[in-house]
Amino acid sequence: MQRLEEIWITVSVGILIVFMIIVGYQTFALGMGPPSHKEVIDPQKVDTTAPFNNPGIKEIGDNEFEVVMTLQAFGFTPNSIELPVGAEVHFTMTSKDVTHGFQIPGTNINAMVMPGHIQKISHTFTKPGEYLVICNEYCGIGHQAMSTTITVK
Amino acid sequence: MEQTLRETIRNNPKKILGVNPNDAKVSLSYLTVAFVSLLIGGILGMLQGLERAGLIQLPSWLNYYQVLTAHGLLLLVVFTATFTIGYQYANLSHSFGGLLSKVRKLAWIGFALMLIGVVMVTVMIVLNEASVLYTFYPPLAAHPIFYIGLVFVVLGIWACCFGVFINYRYWRKNHPGQTTPILAFFAMGVFILWFFASIGVTIEVFTLIPWSMGLVETTNVMVGRTLFWWFGHTLVNIWYLVATSAWYVIVPKIIGGRHFSEKLIRLVIILLVILNIPGGFHHQIVDPGISQSVKFLHVFMSLSIAVPSLMTAFAMFFVLERTGRKLGGKGLLGWLKKLPWGDVRFLAPMIAMISFIPGGAGGIVNTSNQLNQVIHNTMWVVGHFHITVGVSVVLTFFGICYWLIPYLSKRQLTPKMNKIGVIQTYVWTVGMALMAGSMHIVGLLGDPRRTSDTTYGGHEIAVSWIPYEMVFAIGATLLLIGVIIQVYAVFNMMFFAPKGHTEFPVAEPEDDATPAPLWTERWGLWIVLLIAVISMAYVVPIVDMILNAPPGSPPIRTW
Ligand code: HEM
Ligand SMILES: [Cu+2]
Ligand SMILES: [Cu+2]
Repeated sequence: MQRLEEIWITVSVGILIVFMIIVGYQTFALGMGPPSHKEVIDPQKVDTTAPFNNPGIKEIGDNEFEVVMTLQAFGFTPNSIELPVGAEVHFTMTSKDVTHGFQIPGTNINAMVMPGHIQKISHTFTKPGEYLVICNEYCGIGHQAMSTTITVK
Repeated sequence: MEQTLRETIRNNPKKILGVNPNDAKVSLSYLTVAFVSLLIGGILGMLQGLERAGLIQLPSWLNYYQVLTAHGLLLLVVFTATFTIGYQYANLSHSFGGLLSKVRKLAWIGFALMLIGVVMVTVMIVLNEASVLYTFYPPLAAHPIFYIGLVFVVLGIWACCFGVFINYRYWRKNHPGQTTPILAFFAMGVFILWFFASIGVTIEVFTLIPWSMGLVETTNVMVGRTLFWWFGHTLVNIWYLVATSAWYVIVPKIIGGRHFSEKLIRLVIILLVILNIPGGFHHQIVDPGISQSVKFLHVFMSLSIAVPSLMTAFAMFFVLERTGRKLGGKGLLGWLKKLPWGDVRFLAPMIAMISFIPGGAGGIVNTSNQLNQVIHNTMWVVGHFHITVGVSVVLTFFGICYWLIPYLSKRQLTPKMNKIGVIQTYVWTVGMALMAGSMHIVGLLGDPRRTSDTTYGGHEIAVSWIPYEMVFAIGATLLLIGVIIQVYAVFNMMFFAPKGHTEFPVAEPEDDATPAPLWTERWGLWIVLLIAVISMAYVVPIVDMILNAPPGSPPIRTW
């Protein structure tokens, strides 16, 4: 039993270490880490603080866009966004009230958007279609209505 | 009385037959609250399942988020806490040959405090003054009484923690050079973890009380969230430690075997206690404001818990196989057939242990950075914790009832009640498999959790979720049937089953086992290590969150 158990533990610890190496490599070497932007903002002055005083879509390069977005109960500003196919999009977001989520089902976009913090996440929309954008953190009585779309064509 | 009892404990604990009626009353009271909570929570759960599937619409005076807040708190906090205390105090009383009378008093004080707290919290939820869900993330601001109620619940738990510590100290002082019985050792692990887990959330709640009353203008939402998960993450492992106490010590006895090496069991407990708390950031992997390296450290800490879990898996299958073979099982898997599948006291915890395999694998998915980004806040997560808590932990608890309650009420488990228990176990397993299974799949497709209605104006991806949501509803209905059977069984065994003697099934070590080493009892040292690990994981990020904090958030009510 002793022997067998030693093998079991060694193999399982080995698997965990390999696992950590992969996660670490993806995070730090490939830049695939989770959204963790560290800038802060006064949550009560979002409307008067740049860039959120002027939310919207800006073309910043060749088919590359920045979307400056505010989230508030129970909507996204701007909403009903349209983008060309292949657009590389950098979302810069904050909340004007409580904690919200920003999720686009069918993509890996999934981030918490909290009052006082600026969150960033990027994605390249390679396929055309109408993407559903939803808030995935409970934010109040109208939470289920907090959604919009991104149309890529 | 006290004196003679002590005398007997000291000289011959085995001489005391049956449970001390005063101790039994403590445990039975906690278990009563637990199963009343389960019944209410289960009804609410079914309503959620049906509403999500669009099969019912809640009346205007009861909204989905009130129901979900109550479901979360009643099941996640009240049911699990009261069951744990009832069960662990019974273990302690059995191991030590009776509780000290002051410890019993502490348990009653804890009981009263928790009841008061739960009533305050529930009333606020019912009045729609606290639709903040069980996580109550600021700046969602509930009525101050909601938070004050939570403080009472925590104080009640602390009273029980101190009771355990006092009784442990007393026993050790009177048994110099001896190791404590293994179930008492488990109880120490559980309550130490509980105490340190609840410190974080207590600090959070104390800052939210003046804020919700308007005495303080703003609060730091990130610190609040982090302190919450310091607690929330640890709570998961507290249940798990409670469940493993039955897996290691009770199940072997029920199947007619011996327990695994006590030294290893103790090592697993110590590792779980020390490594547990610092994993909380895996609930915050996609949060802003926390650096990727801190998140990575917590991924590592969370995964390190897998090591004692894998040791447990090994030990359990080792004991099962050895016992099955001793009973005449032949061949590669013949031993499996020899196990008592028709005995609910074995069947329920066995299914619980098996479900820990997919549960643990799902947990590894949740905790790793990139995969978390796919499933964070989707129904996958809800599926995950209904498998882990709802099956691995809760089915173990259910299985415990079928010997613990007759033991405490001095009654018997009849063959008919055993049959009912077996049926209950299958109903529960099928219900959870359907509900949690479909939750996992639809979560991968993006269906968000904590959302009353996910039709989103008929968007095609939202339409693709509907068939799975219908399966939740079927699972949820089966589960409510399971809850009703279980609650019936519990109260029947408490008050109506035939009188008689029921044994407390504690497994013995193997004949050639080496005794447990005394150094494992050095709880002072384990606590120092625990604090060191907590500091390593939390001091730097929390100081960072406070020093680099944005202006705070005022209380907001969005419901
Ligand atoms: C009758 C049995 C049960 C049913 C039908 C049921 C059903 C559900 C459903 C449908 C949700 C919905 C979630 C959402 O909209 O996000 C949910 C959430 C939840 N359930 Fe259960 N459940 C049951 C038992 C349990 C048990 C035994 C526990 C724990 C001990 C539990 C803990 C939770 C928690 C913590 C949540 C999440 C609450 C939140 O996100 O705020 N449930 N349950
Ligand atoms: Cu929202
Ligand atoms: Cu956790």
